[in-house]
Amino acid sequence: MAHSTYIPEVALEANQSEIAHRPPLLVRLTHWTFTLSFFGLVVSGFAIILAHPHFYWGETGNILTPPLFSLPLPTMLGGPSGWGRSLHFQSAWLAVLSGLLYIVSGVASRHFRDQLLPLQRELSLNALRSCVRDHLRIKGLATNDSYNMLQKLAYLGVVFVVFPVTILSGFAMSPSITSVFPWTVEVFGGHQTARTIHFLLADLLVLFLVVHVTMVVLSGFTARVMAMIVGRPIARKEM
Amino acid sequence: MSEPLSRRKMIARGLAIAVTGVTGLAAAEHIANRYGLIPPDCGGVWGAGETLTYAAQRVLMSHHSMAREFNRSDISKAIPVSGEPPSAGLYRELLGMNFKGWRIPIDGMVARPTSFSIDDLKRMPMSSQITHQACEEGWSFIAEWHGVQLSHVLNLVGVSAKARYVVVNAYDQNWDSLDMADAYHPQTFLAYGLNGDELPTPHGAPLRLKVPRQLGYKSVKFLSRITVTDSLKNIGSGQGSLAPDSGYSWYAGI
Repeated sequence: MAHSTYIPEVALEANQSEIAHRPPLLVRLTHWTFTLSFFGLVVSGFAIILAHPHFYWGETGNILTPPLFSLPLPTMLGGPSGWGRSLHFQSAWLAVLSGLLYIVSGVASRHFRDQLLPLQRELSLNALRSCVRDHLRIKGLATNDSYNMLQKLAYLGVVFVVFPVTILSGFAMSPSITSVFPWTVEVFGGHQTARTIHFLLADLLVLFLVVHVTMVVLSGFTARVMAMIVGRPIARKEM
Repeated sequence: MSEPLSRRKMIARGLAIAVTGVTGLAAAEHIANRYGLIPPDCGGVWGAGETLTYAAQRVLMSHHSMAREFNRSDISKAIPVSGEPPSAGLYRELLGMNFKGWRIPIDGMVARPTSFSIDDLKRMPMSSQITHQACEEGWSFIAEWHGVQLSHVLNLVGVSAKARYVVVNAYDQNWDSLDMADAYHPQTFLAYGLNGDELPTPHGAPLRLKVPRQLGYKSVKFLSRITVTDSLKNIGSGQGSLAPDSGYSWYAGI
């Protein structure tokens, strides 16, 4: 096992389950740069909230207007929001660049089409029902190499809906971006609504991460993590 | 095809990538400097993010993309105040005299260094804007501001073609700077009025800056002096404003 470069000719000779286990190099690389940036975004996002842990609906909101909800956190001015903002935007650049590279490589290598696009048969009511049932019983996780329907929908939703809308709601809070593209804030119905949605979607993404890591642990942590690092599970005989 | 790359080939390829990378970066820096895409706080751990954001926005935005403006009915009923008016003796004295005798000097790389009183500024063409101001903490409000465009004042004093930044100083020792794109932007104001009235003391009397395409902290209150310069290196910590000293960005358009 000298190198982990993806060579299609070699892959074709291997058996099907192994191909399913073998994310392309760029998908693996961007997975980890994205992990790093997501960690930075969550930590710094929390630091930023500490400066004003109140959320509003509409265009404006401040201590003189009623909040939609407040978090039971202390208000900490200065420090945390200072480095928090810097870390947030630097991480956001890494996240967006990794994300774009991931999507381009995922499309080009047919990773999305082969791994994530739901099959016709999976979309039937019966198939969905049994999928949910198996999922709730945590059945067949370690043995199944391809994604099931729920996983496919979750990944597609996170990659193509939740992340883009989170980024857009971040843009909506930028006074210079909204001067060029006013629609970025108008689609949300106001600056403060965008801020609140940004926060809620971030929570959803953290929830996704928790489930994602839980599933990885339940389905064989080492093998899955190694698969995402070197491109194949370490437990296989070639290793 | 499946034959592994020889070591020599790997090294040659690595070198080629490294040389291309270094050349590319050097070229990018040259272009970025030439077109003013590098912010004064480009050093340090956050320099990459600051530079990417500033450069991307300067490329993306025309100098005349306008911050959103609102209707009178959108104006916030009450505006929270952040920070205290300056405690410095000079400011207290001016406040006691209702800013009689207050003048703001404009100097540096200008043909005719001048100082203006509030009445001088009020005699200039007045502009108003109803804009949204967001604090970097997260809260925001909408208000109507009255004042004179900074560009009008800059044109009166005659700015040198070599100038790159406009530095503003305040009575509370705060200072900040704008690049020429923002200094000459039609919505960048020297504001002396708020919601049809005089500018209240907590909101920056007698004169404050308004930069609606950036976050609130860029709209410096209690102005005492304006200086035009071609370099920020020797001012403060050389990062263009006080903000980077506490971890905040010089460029606050986000």
